[in-house]
Amino acid sequence: MTIIVCIKQVPARESHLRPAGGWVEEADLSYEINEPDAFALEEGLRLKEQHGGETVVLSAGPARVVQTIREALAKGADRAIHLEHENPRAFSPLETARFMADAIAGEKPDLVLTGLQSDDLGYGHTGVILAELLGLPHATIVMQVEVRDGALRVKRELEGGWFQHVEMPLPALLTIQSGIGALRYATLMGIKKARTKEIRRVPLEAGPGDAGFQVERVSLPARSKATRLFDGSPQEAAAQLVEKLKFEARVL
Amino acid sequence: MPPFRGVDFLSVDSQFSEDELLVRQTARQFVDERVIPLMRDSFREGRFPSELIGEMARLGFLGANLEGYGCAGMSSVEYGLIMQELERGDSGIRSFVSVQGALVMYPILTFGSEEQKQRWLPSLQSGKAVGCFGLTEPGFGSNPAGMRTTAKPDGGGWILNGEKSWITNGTMADVAVVWARTPEGIQGFLVEKGTPGYTSSDIHGKWSMRASVTSSLAFADCRIPEASALPGAKGLRAALMCLTQARYGIGWGVLGAAMDCFETARQYSLVRKQFDDRPIASHQLVQEKLAWMITEISKGQLLALHVGRLKDRGRADHAHVSMLKRNNVAMALECARLSRDLLGANGITDEYPVMRHLCNLETVKTYEGTDHIHALVIGERVTGVAAYR
Ligand SMILES: Cc1cc2nc3c(=O)[nH]c(=O)nc-3n(C[C@H](O)[C@H](O)[C@H](O)COP(=O)(O)OP(=O)(O)OC[C@H]3O[C@@H](n4cnc5c(N)ncnc54)[C@H](O)[C@@H]3O)c2cc1C
Repeated sequence: MTIIVCIKQVPARESHLRPAGGWVEEADLSYEINEPDAFALEEGLRLKEQHGGETVVLSAGPARVVQTIREALAKGADRAIHLEHENPRAFSPLETARFMADAIAGEKPDLVLTGLQSDDLGYGHTGVILAELLGLPHATIVMQVEVRDGALRVKRELEGGWFQHVEMPLPALLTIQSGIGALRYATLMGIKKARTKEIRRVPLEAGPGDAGFQVERVSLPARSKATRLFDGSPQEAAAQLVEKLKFEARVL
Repeated sequence: MPPFRGVDFLSVDSQFSEDELLVRQTARQFVDERVIPLMRDSFREGRFPSELIGEMARLGFLGANLEGYGCAGMSSVEYGLIMQELERGDSGIRSFVSVQGALVMYPILTFGSEEQKQRWLPSLQSGKAVGCFGLTEPGFGSNPAGMRTTAKPDGGGWILNGEKSWITNGTMADVAVVWARTPEGIQGFLVEKGTPGYTSSDIHGKWSMRASVTSSLAFADCRIPEASALPGAKGLRAALMCLTQARYGIGWGVLGAAMDCFETARQYSLVRKQFDDRPIASHQLVQEKLAWMITEISKGQLLALHVGRLKDRGRADHAHVSMLKRNNVAMALECARLSRDLLGANGITDEYPVMRHLCNLETVKTYEGTDHIHALVIGERVTGVAAYR
């Protein structure tokens, strides 16, 4: 199988965020692999180990994303494609998917994996649009993948603890949910081996070309304090409190 | 616990290559996820967490800076970053890896015969075998040249007699690198576990390095074959070459312990409130301690990095490594003490890692050449006068 995994480099979760010029101050940031993409990579490597073939990673972004590409190569990806652009976040998901589709089409992949969404922009669209452009069937929020007799059986996460099992043909595209498997570490031997693996560079000459799309403003969530009193018996009040903590504050 | 994000006041990270950062990331994640959750109980129980050996081996941590025989071939700086992260977890874990790599695999690779390398290096690298290094004796610590352990040639073999003490990994070891006096001078030997006349027992009652095995080795008419002598390991100089490797790793390792102490104290000082509901971080005396720590850690990072770059260019000598080991250990120990102080009563419990680091660092100050001895090495370098005796 030829498996392509699309990985994005995003600001690290604990970065200090300061809105600046329609984005955040980049000088403050450190970067890491988008979390669901790390799981997509893990799944791509696991499937290759099971079924043979090749895992190719693809990432769009400036020179700094090579660090994330190297990490993927060190973990066991066979080679990489770097779509070079200084500022791909100015692209709409459609444009990003177009560039990715152009680079992927010639590879004739059996399976394309992306993360469910990105931790920075959170569109959750790129994978799905990419499937459409490549003319592939897709499934989203995938929790489990099984390749059997040239076809796929996947488990999708629905709301409220429900799951859906879908059978689909190959080739296909899946957007992967975090937690699909335990992430591996890059071994030191893997890091050394990665030094000689191929990174194909594809320069993107074009600027943003989706007239309907523009990022206006980035702002930090306003912090607010609110006090809420619950009526009723202690049991009822406690039940309401648990409900709010679970579904509004999302701390339970 | 949130993952460790590093301590980097001076943008030292900008001096590291992509690969160096990746190596550190692997070690950092491993320590956050696998080592730190074990350490409180391991230390309390006085137990070395041997369940970590297999995974450390698989990741390439054992003999990481050596070439061939399955070793990862890391640069000195990459190796240093691994040591830093491991000791952020616990000095005992770093000690295990130091001994295995720098004091057992390094001498076998550097001084051993091809047969000895084939026999031991792959299994030491993969963690299937554990090694120890026996230089210190009950009567000879800082002055190993006085050692009493003897190796007498005897019809195509050797007979060992004597005692080694304070030997890390001693009772766990499948193979011991033992230094003994022959009629021609000091030489290194490989002694296998189970050889008749070779026994070992653990030293108990330690307040330091509780998560590391420390043992005594005894040799009573212990007969070993001719082929167990390390052919190139002749003279005390060979033993000191091993120590230079291990000391280099310690110079980086203690940075990790210091970073953990600093970060623990910094975070604590922001949440702990005293007087007018103000965090203790808002008091000048508290800030002065944090400022001292971060300044000294930053200087220590630059020292380690510089010696590492020299070493990678083949330009580091043992006196440079003495400066690195001595300065950084003393600095880390002081950070641990200051951090302990800033945590108040909480600082003395094992809910926080600082007292554990503090206790461990007392060993690190002593072993691999005491603080005094490294001062004398540096003193000799700048005056030309050896002041050891
Ligand atoms: C936990 C632990 C693990 C160890 N692991 C190993 C191991 O794996 N292998 C191994 O071979 N050894 C090991 N050691 C031993 C260690 O290397 C020795 O303890 C160290 O060399 C110091 O020797 P000593 O304890 O005999 O102290 P001493 O040499 O007796 O020193 C006592 C004090 O006197 C000072 N002193 C001595 N001579 C001088 C001098 N000329 N000038 C100024 N001051 C002087 C010292 O600096 C020190 O302050 C370990 C020790 C510990 C505690």
